[in-house]
Amino acid sequence: MMNTITVKYFGEIAEATNCNEEQVATASNKLSDLIEELSKKHDLKGFSMIIALNQNLIELSDDITINNNDELAILPPFAGG
Amino acid sequence: MERYKRQINLPQVGIDGQQKLQKTKVLVIGAGGLGSAILPYLSASGIGTIGIIDGDRVEKSNLQRQVLFSEESIGESKVEIAASRLSALNSETNIKTYYEFLNPDNAISIIENYDVVVDATDTLSIRYLINDACILANKPFVYGSVYRFEGQVSVFNYKNGPTYRCLFKEKNTKVINCEEAGVLGTTVGIVGMLQANEVMKIILESGEVLSGKLLLYNTLNNNQNIIKFKREDSINVDKNFYNSEHLADQIIHINALEAFYSNSQLIDVREVGELPEMVSEKIIKMPLSLLDINIKKLSKDKSYAIFCQHGIRSLTATNFLKSNGFSNVKNIKDGASVIKNILENEKENSIY
Repeated sequence: MMNTITVKYFGEIAEATNCNEEQVATASNKLSDLIEELSKKHDLKGFSMIIALNQNLIELSDDITINNNDELAILPPFAGG
Repeated sequence: MERYKRQINLPQVGIDGQQKLQKTKVLVIGAGGLGSAILPYLSASGIGTIGIIDGDRVEKSNLQRQVLFSEESIGESKVEIAASRLSALNSETNIKTYYEFLNPDNAISIIENYDVVVDATDTLSIRYLINDACILANKPFVYGSVYRFEGQVSVFNYKNGPTYRCLFKEKNTKVINCEEAGVLGTTVGIVGMLQANEVMKIILESGEVLSGKLLLYNTLNNNQNIIKFKREDSINVDKNFYNSEHLADQIIHINALEAFYSNSQLIDVREVGELPEMVSEKIIKMPLSLLDINIKKLSKDKSYAIFCQHGIRSLTATNFLKSNGFSNVKNIKDGASVIKNILENEKENSIY
């Protein structure tokens, strides 16, 4: 079964993905796989980023699973002021 | 109290709250775009003492967003102009200015004097410094930063809550600032206002402070997101960490020849038996493995230059001495063999 995930992007990462938000369908239920897919799709390698799953910051590891309708946020630190 | 009537009327403020504001000392680090938004509101609210630190002068390109300054301010010190504007706004506020940048040497001693610290800077590395100094001084730190039309706001180290390092573990220096990215004054103003609002909540002990929460604000579509994060107990910021993280950057590296003919005492931190062996009154032998025991034999008033074989263990030793209060310690980049040559040349020359 496919999982549909809402992915939100911020800052420079949103510029690289060219959108603030998208719905992504994935066959995997592992978060690390999805991040890998997104990273390839949008060429996100080289960005310093943190990840939140359902509004909670998480440390990316192989054992984190995702479910249909989960919400992911991918963001970099900001420097300006 | 007449001037504060409108806010005293709020049940969350009252006479008690006004007195809390009057007793509180807030330090604003940076008098730029964020500072211009934050400072007037803090001062107008009747906060008793406001410290402002910034080593910059006003430039023409600042005026588009740094609304504390006027055309006549160009070339003047930002903290001086800010102080005179704030004093005109509220003569009851005690303004303290620091015409310098926050650095690893002054951070803790300045921050210690305040109750709340506000980050209104525009560089990433300084945020780690503010964060670590606030942890050591046990002060809450109100963070705000901007990228184009987006802002991030949070409160770190609030009542032992999570810190900047719990959110952004990796120190990344590639992130660009307002100057390079471009920014509207209104975006910086909104983010500064959100920060000033957190300062008020901290002082008044009202509402939910953004502790353990990162607020993301997009001014183009007005979307707000909050991301929750927890305290990472594996991150332990203590004095030693602070020194190695921030003061180690400032280590002076010097070559052997320069060190030999300086007034520094040379310290050989190689272990016993390492070659080449050398004896000279210019050199003290103090193996790295025994440095912590022998440190008492050294004087903090003297200057030292440290060497080993290749300048690597000597760097560890230099860091160790620095973190133990030795301020005049330099690391010798090249190692023992170069010093041996210098000693032999000296000997030859002395024959004639």
